[in-house]
Amino acid sequence: MLAHYGYKDGSGDYFIVIDTDKCDGCGECVTACPYGVLEVGEDENDPFREEPVAKVTEDHRKKIKYSCAPCKPTSGKKPLPCVQACSPDAISHSW
Amino acid sequence: MEKEYWRWPESRWTSSDIDWKTGDIISAGVDVGSVSSQAVVLVDGELFCYSNYRTGSDSPESAQKVMDKALEETDLTLEKIHHTVGTGYGRVNVPFANRAITEIACHARGANFMYGPSVRTILDMGGQDCKAIHCDEKGKVTNFLMNDKCAAGTGRGMEVFADLLSIPIEEMGKLSFKVEKEPEPVSSTCVIFAKSEAVGLLRKGWPKEKVLAAYSSAMAHRVVELLERIKVEKDFAVTGGIAKNEGVVKRIESELKIEALEPQHDTQIAGALGAALFAKALVEKERGLR
Repeated sequence: MLAHYGYKDGSGDYFIVIDTDKCDGCGECVTACPYGVLEVGEDENDPFREEPVAKVTEDHRKKIKYSCAPCKPTSGKKPLPCVQACSPDAISHSW
Repeated sequence: MEKEYWRWPESRWTSSDIDWKTGDIISAGVDVGSVSSQAVVLVDGELFCYSNYRTGSDSPESAQKVMDKALEETDLTLEKIHHTVGTGYGRVNVPFANRAITEIACHARGANFMYGPSVRTILDMGGQDCKAIHCDEKGKVTNFLMNDKCAAGTGRGMEVFADLLSIPIEEMGKLSFKVEKEPEPVSSTCVIFAKSEAVGLLRKGWPKEKVLAAYSSAMAHRVVELLERIKVEKDFAVTGGIAKNEGVVKRIESELKIEALEPQHDTQIAGALGAALFAKALVEKERGLR
């Protein structure tokens, strides 16, 4: 499942997309994120999935534009820690 | 008292040909949304009764009320229901629910039942949020997106416009087509800004039908943008309160160039229906049937 966490508002689209079929729930992204945006837990949208899955925390879902901003400087962009930490390549950002 | 143009009709329904006493599994789903609440009861996976009422300020109370209303004209009681799943914005506030499941999963499952297994794309236009869901033939979510940060393209936005234009909410769809030529959509999708823009247009002398058309198409355009982020594939279905507004649905259809399926039941019950189907599956799992 492609889970889009985030929102669209007047200024643009801000979604973190997690491919739950690729995610193995290892939690590397949780450790890598300096701002606590991600967590690993039960898949809320698939009640029959047994394995844990990565998701964006409830607290950050409505403000990820700001939560993720420090990792997205306008110049001198570095690879995003969460995307880099994910070995199955399950995380992407829409902006 | 001033007329409440925004107030939409509440409803309840009971199947005339199901006897719950002969049922093996009686399951229920309660969807406590931000604006409306629904309760659905299934007997062996067949729709037995449902109700759709406005959510009050107290979620547990609203859940109880909507369930009481669903059971009102039947002789079924809450104790006889084997399993209840809560869903929606207030899902953790359903006192008699055995489990809470997100509305994303429930809507996909409910739409799969309501519209059949050919449904791939579901647009749920809720009271205060908008969900775009892509699912497989079993009603399992394969891609989803939810926008609950902004009220653009939601029922609440339409309620605001019903009040502003003094048009009963059920008539808005039809009236929005009473224009000679489709006007440009209002430029802002934000409900607050769109309302100020609409006030400006009314001052300029626009008839209210034209303002309504401009708002309906802005709303349609806005949700189409959301839909395009997930895969839009046939068959397409719209659920939620706005699904009853042909002014928005027809404009979405023409922008997507895909026709939406005709609803069989109250489009607002999709979430609660999905929850009741999950409740049934959970009973079967408990009994070792699956």
